Amino acid sequence: MDPLLTIDGTTLTSRLVLGTGGATSLDVLERAIVASGTEVVTVALRRVTDTGPGSLLEVIDRTGVRVLPNTAGCYTAREAVKVAELGRDAFETDWVKLEVIGDERTLLPDPVELLDAAEQLIDAGFTVWPYTNDDPVTARRLADLGCAVVMPLGSPIGSGMGIRNPYNLAIIREELAVPVILDAGIGTASDATLAMELGCDGVLLASAVTRARDPEAMATAMRYAVEAGRLARLAGRIPRRRYAQASTTDEGRAELFGADDDAGTGADG
Amino acid sequence: MNSDVVVVGGGMIGLACAWRAARAGLSVRLVDPEPGRGASNVAAGMLAPVTEVTYGEQEHLGLTIAGARAWPTFASELEDATGYDLGYRPTGTLLVGFDRDDAEALAELRAFQSELGLRVTALRSRELREREPMLSPRVRTGLLAGEDHRVEPRAVVAALLVAGEEAGVALKRASVARLDHVDDRVRGVTLTDGRRLRADEVVLAAGAWSATIDGLPDSAKPAVRPLKGQLLHLRALDGRPVLHTTVRALVRHRSVYLVPRDDGRLVVGASQEERGFDTTVTAGATRELLDDAASVVPGIDELELTESIAGLRPTTPDNAPVVGRTSSLSGLVLATGHHRNGVLLAPITAAAVADLLTGAEPTAALTAADPDRDALRAAPRPRSRPAPGLQAPRAANTGRHAPTATGTVTDHHPHQDPEVNT
Repeated sequence: MDPLLTIDGTTLTSRLVLGTGGATSLDVLERAIVASGTEVVTVALRRVTDTGPGSLLEVIDRTGVRVLPNTAGCYTAREAVKVAELGRDAFETDWVKLEVIGDERTLLPDPVELLDAAEQLIDAGFTVWPYTNDDPVTARRLADLGCAVVMPLGSPIGSGMGIRNPYNLAIIREELAVPVILDAGIGTASDATLAMELGCDGVLLASAVTRARDPEAMATAMRYAVEAGRLARLAGRIPRRRYAQASTTDEGRAELFGADDDAGTGADG
Repeated sequence: MNSDVVVVGGGMIGLACAWRAARAGLSVRLVDPEPGRGASNVAAGMLAPVTEVTYGEQEHLGLTIAGARAWPTFASELEDATGYDLGYRPTGTLLVGFDRDDAEALAELRAFQSELGLRVTALRSRELREREPMLSPRVRTGLLAGEDHRVEPRAVVAALLVAGEEAGVALKRASVARLDHVDDRVRGVTLTDGRRLRADEVVLAAGAWSATIDGLPDSAKPAVRPLKGQLLHLRALDGRPVLHTTVRALVRHRSVYLVPRDDGRLVVGASQEERGFDTTVTAGATRELLDDAASVVPGIDELELTESIAGLRPTTPDNAPVVGRTSSLSGLVLATGHHRNGVLLAPITAAAVADLLTGAEPTAALTAADPDRDALRAAPRPRSRPAPGLQAPRAANTGRHAPTATGTVTDHHPHQDPEVNT
């Protein structure tokens, strides 16, 4: 039996976390959240402040999932800490997805500011989910600081470029004791499956679903993709071989041509 | 005081509905403290069913195309009635991509448009700059949507005020305190000064504020929320137009549009933000709009920045409007929730509302706007996790409907302005 993913003492039955950015309408977003089977969605605190009737937050509330406030759009540790504190007040949760961006074009994380912000937030009692580069050393530093989970990228946010460095990701998984969730870069279902096969404990994605032609269908695909990858990881893949190995062996096969014919070939039998 | 119809909200939608209803022979009063000061005052005036098309919204296309087709007649009738120039220009829209990723996104959009039978023409860099010499030489790819036109919303509002008055619409510059109804039947509205306006039919066209009117039963409340948009108004000092056609661009995944006027003015927009009733103009949105606009039309650096403004689009869960009668309250006609398409859909909405009020068969294109459709069903309920910190600093600035910890706004604000938005 597959043990469930537990983060900060909270057990999650789904290993998929959904971002809410980029959906064309709230109706589309709501159907995608339900189809994905996720229990946790992230919301950009700097971009979403409407809490009134019909708002995005009301839609999320209706689906019954937990909100993971994120600090998207922050470029310094100072801003990120401030936004995280706002999220704690607003949602009465200590959880925060920590994003500190270092470059507007690539949206890659700034590791120096990220480590600084993570340390401050952990000291302030937050459960920190940091979005980080796929660098094993930064990932380990984040875990050492006390992050509840570490979330390396597969490729830049919204790029749909998949997992560009599976080798680093595997090292991160091997080195860290805390859960590892792949965050950013997923383009289609097979990317999510690959992340799970590499040993990730979960996948966080947004654009792959919200910007798909049919977000609800893609959310369903991602749900199964994550489950498939997890099951495959647990089941254990077979070793790669250069040559074929028949799945049915010769052993016990009926000898249609009799022993004499075989003997003539000089085979050992 | 009695009349056949009271229209709540004097934005482009409400004004157009009132004008059409009065022309159909009904006695009409329209209530708004400041007509034309909501989303109509902020909208850029693109009439763009082709370049606005989005995945998942192909069902709305019948509506938006019908909306665009209704404009030429509506514009000439309104111009004839008033002598005003509405700035209606059937000059088409260019959609350009800035970098390679943007070009690929455009190619994907073009494939989708072709699949839907929409006519667009791909243009090379030289052809683009022949049409619009001010475009950046770096802009490599573009599409021309010949059927996406433009109009000047503020001129349309001004004309509708005049045309409405001439047709007999009585304008009340006042705020609605509540909708009056007895036995599931509308009786009129009560104003904040206590006066009552009696009518058997009330048209609710209060834009982003449509769901905040007191007295609306929950079952009749349109599922409308405010969606903030920020825009900039620029002007060429020599009064010569910077562009001839509307230019829309994808600039590193972000969307920007530049809508020209004949006298050298240029509207640059627009952000799309989930911020409740906040209308703060922010440095960040202004910077992004200017950066993106200057990436495709570098010459805008020389223009005067005359205005930066934010408005609230009335948006529904599926982005389609809410136009028609509700099954739960007789005598109530909804004309709201037009999202990004209020100007585009004003003529067709007004025609449909006038048809409903006079008992004529409304146009078939409006099925996507059905107030009783499934996508609007999810009834609002209070948030179980209150969000006290999010809105507080902004709410003070707006002086309007601060969302509260319970997520309800109407209880605490009996004096909403039934403000106009399209």
